[in-house]
Amino acid sequence: MTPNLHLWIIPLLPLAGAAINGLLGKRFSRRTVAAVALGFCGTAFLMALWIAAQFSSLSLPYSETLATWIRSGRFSVDFAFYLDQLSLVMLLVVTGVGFLIHIYSVGYMWEEGGYYRFFSYLNLFMFFMLTLVLASNYLLMFIGWEGVGLASYLLIGFFFLRDSAAAAGKKAFIVNRIGDFGFLIALFLIIQHFNSLDFQRVFAAVQPYAPEATGAGFLTAIALLLMVGACGKSAQIPLYVWLPDAMEGPTPVSALIHAATMVTAGVYMVARSHMIFERAPSALTVVAIIGTLTAFFAATIGIAQTDIKKVLAYSTISQLGYMFLACGVAAFSAGIFHLMTHAFFKGLLFLAAGSVIHAVGGEQDMRRMGGLRKKIPWTFGTMTIATIAIAGIPPFAGFFSKDEILWRAYEANWIYWLVGLVTAFITSFYMFRLWFMTFFGEYPGHGEASHGDDVAEWRAGAPAPHTSASHGHGHSGIHESPKVMLVPLVILAALSFVGGWVGIHHGFDNFLAPVFESSAVAATTFQGGAATQARQEAPGLETTLMVVSVAAGVLGFLLAFLLYNRKPELPARIAASAHGLYSAVANKYWIDELYAWIFVKPLIAISGVVFWRGIDQGVIDATLDGSADTAREVSDNLRHMQSGNLRSYAGWVAIGATAVIAYMVWVGLRTP
Amino acid sequence: MLSLSYYLVLSAILFACGVTGFLIKRNIITIFMSIELMLNGVNLSFVAFAAKWHALSGQVFVFFVMVVAAAEAAVGLAIIIAVFRTRQTLNIDQVNLLKL
Amino acid sequence: MLHLTLFSVFGLICVAGAVNLLLQRHPINSALSLVVVMGSLAVEYLLLGAEFVAAIQVIVYAGAIMVLFVFVIMLLNAGEEEHSQGSHVAWLLGIPGVLAVTVIICWALVRSEGTAVALGVTREASKAFGNAADISQLLFHQFLLPFEITSILVLIAIMGAVVLAAPPESVQETKREG
Repeated sequence: MTPNLHLWIIPLLPLAGAAINGLLGKRFSRRTVAAVALGFCGTAFLMALWIAAQFSSLSLPYSETLATWIRSGRFSVDFAFYLDQLSLVMLLVVTGVGFLIHIYSVGYMWEEGGYYRFFSYLNLFMFFMLTLVLASNYLLMFIGWEGVGLASYLLIGFFFLRDSAAAAGKKAFIVNRIGDFGFLIALFLIIQHFNSLDFQRVFAAVQPYAPEATGAGFLTAIALLLMVGACGKSAQIPLYVWLPDAMEGPTPVSALIHAATMVTAGVYMVARSHMIFERAPSALTVVAIIGTLTAFFAATIGIAQTDIKKVLAYSTISQLGYMFLACGVAAFSAGIFHLMTHAFFKGLLFLAAGSVIHAVGGEQDMRRMGGLRKKIPWTFGTMTIATIAIAGIPPFAGFFSKDEILWRAYEANWIYWLVGLVTAFITSFYMFRLWFMTFFGEYPGHGEASHGDDVAEWRAGAPAPHTSASHGHGHSGIHESPKVMLVPLVILAALSFVGGWVGIHHGFDNFLAPVFESSAVAATTFQGGAATQARQEAPGLETTLMVVSVAAGVLGFLLAFLLYNRKPELPARIAASAHGLYSAVANKYWIDELYAWIFVKPLIAISGVVFWRGIDQGVIDATLDGSADTAREVSDNLRHMQSGNLRSYAGWVAIGATAVIAYMVWVGLRTP
Repeated sequence: MLSLSYYLVLSAILFACGVTGFLIKRNIITIFMSIELMLNGVNLSFVAFAAKWHALSGQVFVFFVMVVAAAEAAVGLAIIIAVFRTRQTLNIDQVNLLKL
Repeated sequence: MLHLTLFSVFGLICVAGAVNLLLQRHPINSALSLVVVMGSLAVEYLLLGAEFVAAIQVIVYAGAIMVLFVFVIMLLNAGEEEHSQGSHVAWLLGIPGVLAVTVIICWALVRSEGTAVALGVTREASKAFGNAADISQLLFHQFLLPFEITSILVLIAIMGAVVLAAPPESVQETKREG
């Protein structure tokens, strides 16, 4: 008999931490705030570990119900939590990486104001994310979904005194909402057809359906709408525009939310809903296409960015594209595998970037960096490991997961594979470009300009070097980060190295197999034929593809080596000669401007003209003011009755008397 | 034999004349007199009904009406005198301070 | 027959007086017309067998109240009515209203059963009806309370009239003295 795991404690621990820090933290010292935050988060992590340790003795899936939430007719939704292999993986990733990032933030945010607020929001985020991951029904998951969007808004706009940060927070939230709208409609459809939102019930009800013919059927509709939600949350085309702007937030936030956990919620949701997706092949195709396009598109933008965090942001979008590509070819466990390894190396990349930024006193523009490898060796070492991992070089983590995805993509359609391969090459290229630009070459000596000058310059409105808000300290000169920031880097580096090894001999796939066992259904819907059969028939093919993808990674490294180390004047010449293409890429293909022109400006215009002037002022105010005015006019006219003229009073009395008498006579004459 | 309605019609005509006088006359005293005319008309109908139903209470009521009319006439004329003293006019249209 | 004749004649005089009240310009003429009205009404009361009321009508109404009116008209030296701005409401709505009511009432009255009341000054009737003895019986037994109250009312009216009509200086003198 499975013991009661008390899953509900896991989300509530960080919530308690958030409440304590939020309500009382202003009075605490920074140590206390950190202790509270780390304590609750760490305990949640320990609980997750404890559950994992018991894994072999558990009968999964496991669910526990706390209370009934909604009961309306035959439809009911409970506060219930659910654990199976998939959510266990997510749980460990979220709590583990989250805990490491909490530790890192203790050091990173030490000089910033609003310390307690930061940790309160961070814990709040953990609460929502854990709710999302552990939820047993779509509605509770949606609460977590919305909640992480809220936490993201709060944290992106953490330096709220900066206009750009506040605007970025708003943008993130609004674009997320667009996705959430799709998600909600999907929920409504699910309720309509299955009268429940509970995972087990819905999926059991979906099981008997055969895969739908192309484009028809409600399952396709549900799947596509769920994908809309995932596009918003996981920054895929067309709703990815918020993620680069989200780099306004502090770097730990970028690491936790916009690399490791929140943006992966979309992938998790799609994987969780695999039953629905597998029975809607056209939706799966859409998912795969979106994933592939996004991966390629974002990678191309990444090669021309100069802000270190923006490069990583576009890299995140690109890697998420890989995950969706995996889901789109029904290789859900491969997608989750990449999610896990990505959490390790991308989290590490961001944290290391934060360490770099911290070291150079707030500078984020890579053109003003260089030659840092001797000055911040630990950061350099860990970042190197992460960069190799993301480039997909064995035996680092990224290789295993990315290769699995590329292999499954090839089985589905070689075009996916080809685009994925090219993207891998580009990924390797821009990551090593970042690596070279940051750590090699000459440090341009951004000057011993102390922190004060930066801020003064920025406040004066000059186009200052892009610094994070007030990140310099009194000490000038480049220095390594404190231990509290380095330890998580080292741990994540270790994980980026070994994290992929669980995928050897399909260990990870087998682990998740009970969750995705119905993937056999999906496999028959693809032109590529059954996955396992192909694998058995041509192991040589698989090895060949593996070698090709590694070669792509190495090629990227070599190109970056050439352009940014050996011949650093080449990039400028290439950019000048391919001027149109370069400026398109450097300007992110002007997508933000396009959206602004198509959506934002018309909306603002409509809001101003139609809704504000037309309806609010013209109808609502007019009605209210109008009724008041009418009352005033009526009384204004009526007051002429009070003329002081006795004869007119008498006249009115006479009329009134006449009316009454006439009525009474009429009544009297009517009754027989 | 006269039917009751003759008296009542007469009473009604007198009353109507009284009301009309009230409405069209400008002199306050004349308006007062129209009020008296109205009261008289009512008295007549009282007496007529008393005769019809053979109930003396009707006539007793007329008695009271007259007493009240007398009192009212006295007080009213006193008021008119006071008004005349202040406003120097007996034109009712100029006694119009009670207005908004 | 006699009854009808008397009624008609005095009824016509009554109405003529009333209309004359409306038509005259000078208040004194209106007052005198009112006296005529009251006199003819007294006759009507007699026709209905109400002797006491008829006497009261002449004594009180025509003899006291109208005299009071005439005194006041004299005192205030009320002249002919000037033309001043009347009230539209009164002219346009009030008079037609009143006329309408009158017509309605008359029509209703005429249409209803119209019991032929045996009215008239006959010996039997007068003995049992409307003489002073009977009325005073009623007045001092059933209607004693209203009687007493009206006497107080009259007292108040007298005092009020004195106070209101007195010249202001004399009022203040009485206040100072009192």
